[in-house]
Amino acid sequence: MKKVISLLLSIFILAPSFLWAAGGGGATDIVVVADTRVLGDGIMKYFATTYNEDMWMFAAWAAILTACYGAFLGVIMDYLMSKTGLDLKSRKIVEH
Amino acid sequence: MEWLYMYMPIAGMKILWPGLVLIGFSVGTIGGFFGMGGAWMVTPGLNILGFPMAFAIGTDMAHIAGKSMISTFRHSKFGNVDYKLGFIMIIGTMAGIELGAQLVMYLEKLGNVGTVVRWSYVVLLMLIATMVFYDYYKATKKKNAGEVGEHGAEGITWYKTLHKIKIPPMIHFKAAGFTCSAWIPIGVSFLTGVLAGFLGIGGGLIRMPALVYLIGCPTHIAVGTDLFEVMISGLYGAFTYALKGRIELVAVFVMLTGAAIGAQIGTIATKYAKGYGIRVAFGLAVLCCMISIILKEYKFDVASAVIILGTIGLICIYIIGIMVNGAREELRAKKLAKPVTA
Repeated sequence: MKKVISLLLSIFILAPSFLWAAGGGGATDIVVVADTRVLGDGIMKYFATTYNEDMWMFAAWAAILTACYGAFLGVIMDYLMSKTGLDLKSRKIVEH
Repeated sequence: MEWLYMYMPIAGMKILWPGLVLIGFSVGTIGGFFGMGGAWMVTPGLNILGFPMAFAIGTDMAHIAGKSMISTFRHSKFGNVDYKLGFIMIIGTMAGIELGAQLVMYLEKLGNVGTVVRWSYVVLLMLIATMVFYDYYKATKKKNAGEVGEHGAEGITWYKTLHKIKIPPMIHFKAAGFTCSAWIPIGVSFLTGVLAGFLGIGGGLIRMPALVYLIGCPTHIAVGTDLFEVMISGLYGAFTYALKGRIELVAVFVMLTGAAIGAQIGTIATKYAKGYGIRVAFGLAVLCCMISIILKEYKFDVASAVIILGTIGLICIYIIGIMVNGAREELRAKKLAKPVTA
């Protein structure tokens, strides 16, 4: 368990280089402000306001929601694919 | 036709949402089949839709994280992900990417590094494509000569030489099915990381063939394990780009919805594809990517976009064809195997 925790900790500390591995390049400084005047009350307004006022909170939401939505879609698609009758748990490895 | 457009609250503009779904679907299909993020495919697509480029990289990154999660989920069920290998490679990748990025910064101080980086990328892609096609030619020759191994005929087997290195710790990778010195995946991931950092790309294009030819993973395991690595890096990328205000979350979710379907098709297609089918299609994709970069370098932007989008379209059709035919065959075989009850 200790090993797992130290591994996760080191990944978190050294993670800045990860973004390159996912296709990121250098970013230049720009300031963008979301126009909340045109948005009615609701989730869109909440995210636009959070974007303008608390970037850390917005970044946390972005990472968490992406992960949750990815996992949600993964589970849903898994359920739907299981209905097709295909064997989705085994495969033969044939190279040529 | 107003309903076809969706308001992006951060960017403050309307975007054709079926276009976003289509991009997600295509990248999900191709990424799930080849085991890569696919950032090189997304940017030209977003550009055509008129998506603000200030948000393109971050949006793309978050979408790739979610999409890779869906694909990894499916590959994992097939047993295509070697988590131990993935975690070990992250160490080398991180160190390598840092060094590659530092190298670029150093060269930037000396002068215009952009052209050098682009042409290095072209040369690297050409080498990868040549290697893949040479490998296919060699494997076909061996197959015809009757030299067939456990998983069929193999062309390039550089990994066998590397596996002779016995520096401890020796680690057994259960899913990949081999034992080797931990320094081999660390060293290989370090080198691919340096290249990825230097070129400013994701690295899936380099890591996937490296996993096959240098580390000795069967193609299917290389695809799954690479996607696992992309998933982790993409999530961090999503966070850091959001912190810079470069993500349009609504677009991410719309693209992810398309990617969820595409990822299933791409991933399940690997079940019905032979390793060399994946490798040759990958080689063709790399070749087209190279041509598009050359065209872009000479300012033929439209031709470059046409090549990329045409390649994406054709590869998607090829993958969907494999999946549909394979699934049809499997279901037919199941039906025939059922005992008749009268």
